[in-house]
Amino acid sequence: MWETFGFEFVNFYLIPGLVLGCIYALGAIGITLTFSILRFANFAHGEVMMIGGYFTWTAMVLSNDLFGIPLHPIIAAIPAVMLAIALFILVDRYFYKPFRSAPAIRVVMASFGMMLVIRSFVQAVWGPNQLTFVPGIAKPNELVKNLTASVDMMILVPNKHFWIIAGTIVIMLALSWLLTKTKIGKGMRAVSDSPELAKVSGIDVEVIVKATWCVGGFCAVAAGVFLAMDLQMLETTMGFRMLLPMFAAAILGGIGRPFGAVVGGLVIGLAEELSVYPWLGDGSLISPGYKTGVAFTIMVIMLVVRPSGLFKGRLF
Amino acid sequence: MSKLTALEITNLHAGYGETEILKGINISVEPSQTVAIIGPNGAGKSTVIKSVLGLLNVISGSISMNGVDIVGIAPDKAVRQGISYVPQTHNVFPNLSVTENLEMGAWTRKYGIAERIDEMFDLFPDLKTKRNKIAGSLSGGQRQMVAMAKALMVEAKIMLLDEPTAGLSPKFQAQIFKTVKKINENGIPILLVEQNAKQALEIADKGYVLVDGANKVEGTGQDLINDRNVARMFLGSKD
Ligand SMILES: Nc1ncnc2c1ncn2[C@@H]1O[C@H](COP(=O)(O)OP(=O)(O)O)[C@@H](O)[C@H]1O
Ligand SMILES: [Mg+2]
Repeated sequence: MWETFGFEFVNFYLIPGLVLGCIYALGAIGITLTFSILRFANFAHGEVMMIGGYFTWTAMVLSNDLFGIPLHPIIAAIPAVMLAIALFILVDRYFYKPFRSAPAIRVVMASFGMMLVIRSFVQAVWGPNQLTFVPGIAKPNELVKNLTASVDMMILVPNKHFWIIAGTIVIMLALSWLLTKTKIGKGMRAVSDSPELAKVSGIDVEVIVKATWCVGGFCAVAAGVFLAMDLQMLETTMGFRMLLPMFAAAILGGIGRPFGAVVGGLVIGLAEELSVYPWLGDGSLISPGYKTGVAFTIMVIMLVVRPSGLFKGRLF
Repeated sequence: MSKLTALEITNLHAGYGETEILKGINISVEPSQTVAIIGPNGAGKSTVIKSVLGLLNVISGSISMNGVDIVGIAPDKAVRQGISYVPQTHNVFPNLSVTENLEMGAWTRKYGIAERIDEMFDLFPDLKTKRNKIAGSLSGGQRQMVAMAKALMVEAKIMLLDEPTAGLSPKFQAQIFKTVKKINENGIPILLVEQNAKQALEIADKGYVLVDGANKVEGTGQDLINDRNVARMFLGSKD
């Protein structure tokens, strides 16, 4: 049973689906928070993911070349997170804030412009070609392999996948603590519920906006670095390609529901990978070329059938 | 030494954008008073309260609190100054628990938050058992109590209530009026907008009737209840 069915399913479809789902989930958190607290769809979100990957790569290269210290991407991501947050806050201050009281479409267009600006900037600085993020072939973790093989259920997870899944779980727990136990996190939920009431409750909404960029920036860089770790390379379009599935995840979970976005991300990641599993006969269910259509299909069906998402998010 | 007027609105002209809704309003609330504003729908009652909060465009006139001019103040600063405001609608955070709603009300408060929350549960005992429920799941009456308790979490120098009994059952209405009276007896001046004019005037020291953005009649609560025009227009009396 394991040999003929389980091995292939778990190792080549389920685990990659979970890994992809984690990446979507982290990206979708920022999208759903921006959507519910600042009330606009931020098209530049994927680019911040992408530039976070480039910042991290640069930190790794500098550390290695200047000091001879190779950094794990997760360590190198720390300065990248700070830069990405600074970028988000500066962009907000000079490009989004002036449109705060204008119709939402203006700031959406501003974010669309920002998306192009950031991508061009990255192309100008780091070049238009792919960069190797982590060289070599990712070998499965020996311990997990031997342990599972001893019970005849061999699981092959490379360390990078272990880091991505564990990292996502840690970030989820931290986010949950932030949103339910801290003053600023509760304030974020309050502004998401009603910005008008938040204002007349004495909440300084601009402080909450900054906190939102911090959380969104942190999760975006985590997503970008995890994606780069998974693909082992960087390219300037990687953020843009994640945008649709991340929006789909945010909508599936319900706008303004960070944990809905996580569920949505996992569902979409799994759906994309499992849609190419040979469920019927020998060939994959749908051709891998159409994999990206899965997120789009789920998003459209959700918008038609239940626009508030699985967890009763906001309607616009 | 004479006490400063808690809230003094003088010749206020205000509106939304270019449209002038209030055309010269005069209202004053003395310390320790409960003051009621009544008037038909669309008279501008909510607009008066929103002007005090800095939520809209004041064209001319003055608004002062304990002698300090507060025209054009930002809403969060107004709250910091001690204005406790219960909006007419959308006055709780539906996805936050009752306790979290109170904590958000206490955003500007530096200390004594836990004690104040306990005081609020004494004032609104119904809320105590619901403290961990999300506000959106409560009944209309209970939500109104959350809204009032949340507003009282600030160090209130005055409380502004916009139709707190609208849409509630008579039992809840009576309870809200009783609580408003109690809050006032604890030393907080109150400006109360109401559709339930008779009950509002009964607990009010002073009442104002607004029509079409201007003062129409004013007097003590009892005077207005006895005023035949007011009675005919707002109190459902037949003669
Ligand atoms: N946000 C707004 N924008 C423009 N006009 C408004 C707005 N809110 C209320 N108005 C108008 O202002 C007038 C007074 O409204 P309001 O103060 O809410 O009346 P009341 O509370 O006495 O029922 C009404 O004519 C209403 O249409
Ligand atoms: Mg009103």
